[in-house]
Amino acid sequence: MSVLLFFIAAFGTLAGAIGVISLKDPFHSVLALVVHLISLAVLFLLLRAEFVAAAQVVVYAGAVMVLYVFVVSYVGGQNLPGAQGPGRAGTLGAFACGLALAVELFIALLGSGLQAIGTSGAHIAAGFGTPKAIGALLLTKFLAPFEIASYLLLVAAVGAVMLARRRGGLDDDGDGRPTISAMDFMRPRPFGTGTMAEGFGHGETLSATRSAERQERPT
Amino acid sequence: MSIAWYLAVSALIFAIGAGGVLVRRNPLVVLLCLELMLNAANLALVAFSRMWGNGAGQVFALIVMVVAACEVTVGLGVIVAMHRHRLPVDLDAMRELQG
Repeated sequence: MSVLLFFIAAFGTLAGAIGVISLKDPFHSVLALVVHLISLAVLFLLLRAEFVAAAQVVVYAGAVMVLYVFVVSYVGGQNLPGAQGPGRAGTLGAFACGLALAVELFIALLGSGLQAIGTSGAHIAAGFGTPKAIGALLLTKFLAPFEIASYLLLVAAVGAVMLARRRGGLDDDGDGRPTISAMDFMRPRPFGTGTMAEGFGHGETLSATRSAERQERPT
Repeated sequence: MSIAWYLAVSALIFAIGAGGVLVRRNPLVVLLCLELMLNAANLALVAFSRMWGNGAGQVFALIVMVVAACEVTVGLGVIVAMHRHRLPVDLDAMRELQG
């Protein structure tokens, strides 16, 4: 039974992966990646990694893929002009690179001389891979990586907001390129900056007053 | 199933993802291919965790998932910013970062 399930899930992961790189429409690529991720979660379950499988489905196939779908529909999932691919020679070169990498990885992994690689794994205790066991590991032995990961998430969230912010944030110096400096955080801002009012069109008046301030200041 | 089968699937997924990064020119699809490569690494980590009967590999896989989520957030933010500044969303057209 587990052998059959393994082959079904492995077929799903590989078919999803090939679909991601071969489908023309980016939206279809995202859907192929969802198939890949759910099949991969089945493989994780077969490896007794229950919590990782659940996190895979909830975090990846749920949250991250929704983010992708939003961005694809915002940027436009249509075939971009001139994006037919790198041409025949480039495709063949990339295929050869991928094949060489696969052969190399096979040699490195399967020829590693590890005795246990041919077995179905060591004997494991009853609670292996459950949320209880993983949580205990995260909060005792791996507390420092856990905390660092939370800081990394915070930094990434702030960075994404800075990158994709709508208006009023980055001042335009007149040459069409937005610039930002440390002084922008120190300067007192007009009332309503950073609130929902800015996003609903009040922002134009805000940025108008700000560029007026900038012209008043001696440069 | 022996652990070697899982490692073989992981190697194939990684190679497919690397080939996709080389072939595709749409940055969204390149980000998806990076996800494929990270997931291949995750599968290898969980397989080795099962092989040793040790939970450390699963914790490592969770941390890799966190890093992948950060990478997606920043990468999609860059793509949205490119779209806002009317830059072409095409990797071959972005030549200003070549130093």
